[in-house]
Amino acid sequence: MITLQHLYILTGAMFAGFALLGARDRTNPRRLGNAAFWGLVAASFFGGDYFGDLGNGLLVLTLVALAGFGALGRGNPPTTSAEERAASSERRGNRLFVPALVIPLTAFVGTFLLKGSGWIDPKQATLVSLGAGVLLALALGYAWLRPPALAPLEEGRRMMDSVGWAAVLPQMLAALGAVFALAGVGNVVGGIATHILPSGSLIAAVAVYAVGMAVFTMVMGNAFAAFPVLAGAIGLPVLIRQFHGDPAAVSAIGMLAGFCGTLMTPMAANFNIVPAALLDLKDRNAVVKAQVGTAIPLLACNIALIYFLAFR
Amino acid sequence: MNYLVLLGILIVVAGFAFRLNPLLVVAVSALATGLLAGKPLLLVIAAFGKAFNDNRFVTIIYILLPVIGLLERYGLQQRARTLIGGMRRATAGRLLLAYLLFRQVTASLGLTSIAGPAQTVRPLVAPMAEAAAERQDPQLDDVRRERVQAMAAATDNVGNFFGEDIFIAIGSILLMVGFLQQNGIRLEPLQLSLYAIPTAILAFLIHGARLLLLDRWLARHSRESGNPASSSDAVPRRDARFRGGDGTGQ
Repeated sequence: MITLQHLYILTGAMFAGFALLGARDRTNPRRLGNAAFWGLVAASFFGGDYFGDLGNGLLVLTLVALAGFGALGRGNPPTTSAEERAASSERRGNRLFVPALVIPLTAFVGTFLLKGSGWIDPKQATLVSLGAGVLLALALGYAWLRPPALAPLEEGRRMMDSVGWAAVLPQMLAALGAVFALAGVGNVVGGIATHILPSGSLIAAVAVYAVGMAVFTMVMGNAFAAFPVLAGAIGLPVLIRQFHGDPAAVSAIGMLAGFCGTLMTPMAANFNIVPAALLDLKDRNAVVKAQVGTAIPLLACNIALIYFLAFR
Repeated sequence: MNYLVLLGILIVVAGFAFRLNPLLVVAVSALATGLLAGKPLLLVIAAFGKAFNDNRFVTIIYILLPVIGLLERYGLQQRARTLIGGMRRATAGRLLLAYLLFRQVTASLGLTSIAGPAQTVRPLVAPMAEAAAERQDPQLDDVRRERVQAMAAATDNVGNFFGEDIFIAIGSILLMVGFLQQNGIRLEPLQLSLYAIPTAILAFLIHGARLLLLDRWLARHSRESGNPASSSDAVPRRDARFRGGDGTGQ
């Protein structure tokens, strides 16, 4: 059966390739930093389950030291010129979309057809199918375009270097959440939230709950980390138990209020910083800025929705 | 109650205010929080490492980059532009509005990973929106070009976030079911996912309205710079993705 483990090995192999190719890229003055960083990420994918918790902790701290003290640069692997790309696009036409569409199509078909087949881990059906789609698209690309053997890795490395350290920030934030849980930060925040709440005012409680979800999500970069804290502090004891709100509406819309926070924070690197890097935007916060105008009115809507739907 | 542990949150906020490297800020915050809670250093490092390892699946998505890069090497972005160039009525705002709908509907069916910044935004949606914007405003400057690209990424996020919770087996729904269960409230995932629908509709209306305003903003600039549409060939086309020979850092 194909599981997440196989996908980890594939991902590890790719990062190992980025590290090796990066190490010999003389266009990047900090090439050894890049090689060390992607090499450690590769090691984490290959052997993370064998290093032990402390070993993984030390691996993370090394990644942090490399990124934090500016050891990462940006490689510039050889590629085609704008003219060559235009000519190739002209010659190959819309068939160029086919390999790109193979990936989502495989993910889609795999998720629904292979889930119960016993071939793949049903809990990870989409991710495993996505990995299969990548291999399929790659095979198709090699057969049709006949690129230099290392071209996909080199092109991938170019984009990976522009994402840089932001690639592991989501994993780091999940780890921060674990330490916060260990230290009982949620209970302390909850205690304060209950304390400042004016007793007896439903609309104030709803507003503190929803805005608290958004703000705590902005700090943690993730609404999943904020939900247990705010639901435990206000949602459950005040909105559900004291005011008899509908638990489904309070929870579901509260989570969506948290998503409004995700739109407004650079901490949610994979949604906000990585796309800006992938698009080569000069302002790393351009995506956050484009989202604030949607997030704030939508947060206000969510406050109103909780107030009207949970307390009918 | 041990209020000292809140210093960890303060470190995160201050780190951002001073624009320090977020990885460094997060690590310092984690170590400080753990130590202030009276936990031994090695235990904190181990807890940090374990959660990092358990969450590797978030980083798998980068296996898409070699394929997308390969196709771009052979002109995928140019093709996306040409396709939109052939559609007379396409504007950046309308195009992104259609994408918003597509993203919300597919995400609500659980297909969150068929689209995304690496899958669709960089190779297809952003170049298409840019091509449409170039036709709306032949004098498109870098500020407006970046705004259109940023809106493409923003539209992907809004569609994803406010579609996925309608699907019953998505992570956040399961997290809520688990949390409520621990506290003695039994709910079916469907009960939660139904309450995601009103916000999904409002997100479409609010973000959709902003996308149509983007079109008006582009049109206004085009009028103000008094362009005859024919001058478009005279505008030097800048494309950041083809910086052939520059090896500058970030």
